[in-house]
Amino acid sequence: MSEEINDGNKMKKKAAEDIEDTEITVQEQFQARSHWQLMWLEFKNHRLALGGIVVLLVMYLSAIFAGFLTPYNPNERFAQYQNIAPQMIRVTDEDGFRSPYVYGVTGERDPRTLAMVYTIDEDVKKPVEFFYRGEDTYEFWGLFETDLKLFGIEDGHIFLFGTDGLGRDVFSRTIHGARLSLTIGLVGIVISVVLGLFFGGISGYMGGVTDNIIQRLVEFTLAIPKIPLWMGLGAALPDEWSVIQVYFAIVVILSLTGWVTMARVVRGQILSIREQDFVKAARAAGASSRRIITRHLLPNCMSYILVNLTLAIPGMILGETALSFLGLGLRPPAVSWGVLLQQAQNVRAVAEYPWYFIPGIFVIVAVLAFNFVGDGLRDAADPYH
Amino acid sequence: MVNYIIRRTLIMIPMIVFITIVSFLIITLPPGSYIDTYLASLQRMGGQVEQERAEAIKARYGLDDPVYVQYWNWVRGFPYGRLGMVFSEDRPVIDVIAERLPYTVLISSLTLLFTWIFAIPIGIYSAVKQYSAGDYLFTFFGFLGVSIPNFLLALVIMFMGLRYFGVNLSGLMPARYMGEPWNLEKIMQVAQRIWVPIIVVGTAGMAGLIRVMRGEMLDQLRQPYIQMARSKGVSEIKVIIKYAARIAINPLISTIGWLLPQLISGGMIAGIVLGLPTLGPKLYDALMIQDMYLAGSIIMISIILVLVGTLLSDILLAIVDPRIRYD
Repeated sequence: MSEEINDGNKMKKKAAEDIEDTEITVQEQFQARSHWQLMWLEFKNHRLALGGIVVLLVMYLSAIFAGFLTPYNPNERFAQYQNIAPQMIRVTDEDGFRSPYVYGVTGERDPRTLAMVYTIDEDVKKPVEFFYRGEDTYEFWGLFETDLKLFGIEDGHIFLFGTDGLGRDVFSRTIHGARLSLTIGLVGIVISVVLGLFFGGISGYMGGVTDNIIQRLVEFTLAIPKIPLWMGLGAALPDEWSVIQVYFAIVVILSLTGWVTMARVVRGQILSIREQDFVKAARAAGASSRRIITRHLLPNCMSYILVNLTLAIPGMILGETALSFLGLGLRPPAVSWGVLLQQAQNVRAVAEYPWYFIPGIFVIVAVLAFNFVGDGLRDAADPYH
Repeated sequence: MVNYIIRRTLIMIPMIVFITIVSFLIITLPPGSYIDTYLASLQRMGGQVEQERAEAIKARYGLDDPVYVQYWNWVRGFPYGRLGMVFSEDRPVIDVIAERLPYTVLISSLTLLFTWIFAIPIGIYSAVKQYSAGDYLFTFFGFLGVSIPNFLLALVIMFMGLRYFGVNLSGLMPARYMGEPWNLEKIMQVAQRIWVPIIVVGTAGMAGLIRVMRGEMLDQLRQPYIQMARSKGVSEIKVIIKYAARIAINPLISTIGWLLPQLISGGMIAGIVLGLPTLGPKLYDALMIQDMYLAGSIIMISIILVLVGTLLSDILLAIVDPRIRYD
């Protein structure tokens, strides 16, 4: 009797296990993937976008560790080394491979033109030392002071990207410039997103008169030509402002034209989601407008917002160089790619000092990478087709 | 339709009033006035500061008046075709604009044509062959065009022209042809140079168009009506061109409106580097020396162009896409 009961229990238990088993298999067959997982699956197909992510990661990391990666302070002047062409790090000489070194450079004043003429002295080989501790110290993000550099040269100087007219190391300036140039887009985008979400969200959800007014505002902002507006605002910045103040002012100027695109995207998305069943259900259940917008509508627009965000950042980076070109952007002693490219504004510079354009290559690569990532996200934003 | 156009045109009137106010605000934003920058530049060059002349100019153009009086003085002349005076050249703004507008329109419309001729076929190809080597290649070069700052590309092309072909590509024609009547030789000279701004500005806008076209095509190709057409045995070429591309092109048409103002502002930086006789560089100079009526008028014209452009593209859209009705 008791065994029977036991048996019965066992059978029940077994049946229960069977059910559990089947449940597991069912789950395995129809694995539920979240929206973001689906997006990632689609995103992975876009190889250029994956490459873009890697490039951006490297760039932002080098911006963070700029002090460590660069041999000199970006504003340090080496008066006796002006407009030196980039020095090559060599690993071979007549005896085959050897540890990395650079040739020495000697400068002489041309007796007639009084201009400095530099010659590469192939007899002098200066070894490049890694994890070098020189006399230059820098503060690592205000945390501690250190003199540890990735590489350096004991006796003499190393200018990987050459020097500019004041004898400043273009390599150090370029890497340091990434800090301002790459963050301008990020900070600007935060402002654009906040404004865009706010106006786009209200416009799409409320509809009617509110929508109409906001849409006219958006159209009008789009109609104002960007560069003259930037110029007008840029020229209005007081000369005595500090670097930080100018930086934030420029970010605000750039995002003034950026938020409208965001607002249009958000509105369009919300208009289409608003009428869907789950939103009606939420409303029937008595959810407040605020709750419906923040909990149901906005999260559903997130992927589109992300796409536009990624595609808006490169525009801001280019905007900074454009403003700098017009002489209205960041001002020295600030170091940004736009500021560096100010020296490269005429055909003479291209002909005589082509290395002035190296920061331009960085701009192009960064903008390209952002565009690829944004493009991959755009393809992935709607993974349900 | 006619009703719709009339209504839209009427709405534009208050918009234009608003536009004149905003344009005026933009140009009065920077502190000081033309006279201040003029005197400052005179002093920098070591010239004598002609206080009397300065006062005379101030009085003549009412530069000491309050902003709203200056604004009124400016707008008042509009019905008579007066847009104010160019301080630095001492002649009417309308003359300067009339001189430069034709070149601006010429270069811009050629640029537009250039982008469309390349962007549409590339967009279609990239969608039909998504993730193929060709798609990646076009995507890469398309985005490369957007990523190069305009002034850099212009400089590099000018440098190449000078170094490898011995041609000075700045300007639209050599100085000696300026003001000469048009003849075959002059046209040839212009043709030799005009492609530079077209490429510089065109490549910057190309990727955007390619991406829109590609995305729309991808969307359309997934639609049931495409399947239907294929199952009926319609040839693939016809499915792509006559079915999908026909619909996918609509969003591009609605962007024409935003391209018109590019006329002035988009080509501005390229115009400055290349020394083009277009409105963009003039606007830059005017903003820099605070030649306010010239700057304000150019900004106003370019905003009005946007409005006209949007209207045009809405009308065009209704013609191309029979599903769209304006009542």
